[in-house]
Amino acid sequence: MPSDWLWGLGGGLLIGLGGAVYLLGNGRVMGASGIIGGLVDGSGRSTWAERVVFLAGVFLLPLLLLPTMAPVDTHATSNVAVLIAAGLCVGVGTRLANGCTSGHGVCGISRLSLRGITATVFYILAGGLTVVFFRHLLGVI
Amino acid sequence: MQRLFLAFAAGGLFGSGLFLSGMTDTAKVQGWLDVFGNWDPTLAFVMGGAIIPMAIAWAFTKGRKPLAGGSFPAPPEPKLGRNLILGSVLFGVGWGLAGLCPGPAVASLTYGGWPHWVFFVAMIAGMAFAPSFRATMDRAIPAE
Repeated sequence: MPSDWLWGLGGGLLIGLGGAVYLLGNGRVMGASGIIGGLVDGSGRSTWAERVVFLAGVFLLPLLLLPTMAPVDTHATSNVAVLIAAGLCVGVGTRLANGCTSGHGVCGISRLSLRGITATVFYILAGGLTVVFFRHLLGVI
Repeated sequence: MQRLFLAFAAGGLFGSGLFLSGMTDTAKVQGWLDVFGNWDPTLAFVMGGAIIPMAIAWAFTKGRKPLAGGSFPAPPEPKLGRNLILGSVLFGVGWGLAGLCPGPAVASLTYGGWPHWVFFVAMIAGMAFAPSFRATMDRAIPAE
């Protein structure tokens, strides 16, 4: 669609607005992997309610928007082995790097953090090489 | 109560942004990473759009306190260690394989169908396994 970039920009502004509310309101960096990971490994026990409520917002709001939109096709692969391998890599990787696209990418780059910029460069490069390798050479994804 | 309300509002804005921008569509993310295929630049607009309000917010933190009390996070040590690089590369591989990262994985659970649940459960397992993976790595190659 030719208007895809407009939806991207508008959606991006909402994502940044969410990060701004979390930062200026609660004094926290909006990183999805950190918010989920802290619940999974117990490191975020003292702030669990805030984390659960944040995730409830992430989960529920698209549900409210859904009826106003055309049917959504997310194009995810149905190759279970690929999905499991990908989920494990994302889970371990984001915890090891202490951030993902929202934390390092959105919140890190916007404060000109060297760690955020470096992490973003490395995950985009690794993602690009992965797609080239698995799509164009192996034809798996 | 104020903290919880603000967290819910932030999460809601984040989730709707991910949904509307198309970042929960794995084809869009993989299309951005696929520089040798049918390249899709949408993700650059999403990132750019998200960084603008965040940069303003960071500038706004100077000399102020968060609305709900406490203090703003201090800038992290500008240290680029093994964990940051290796973790980011691992994350990138998984992101490229499935076209999903943690935020969109949560946002798409209600409408993405079973593949999104398989990815989500594997991601949670990976997060639970991460501390022991880190310990194993520390024994093999001392961190920073």
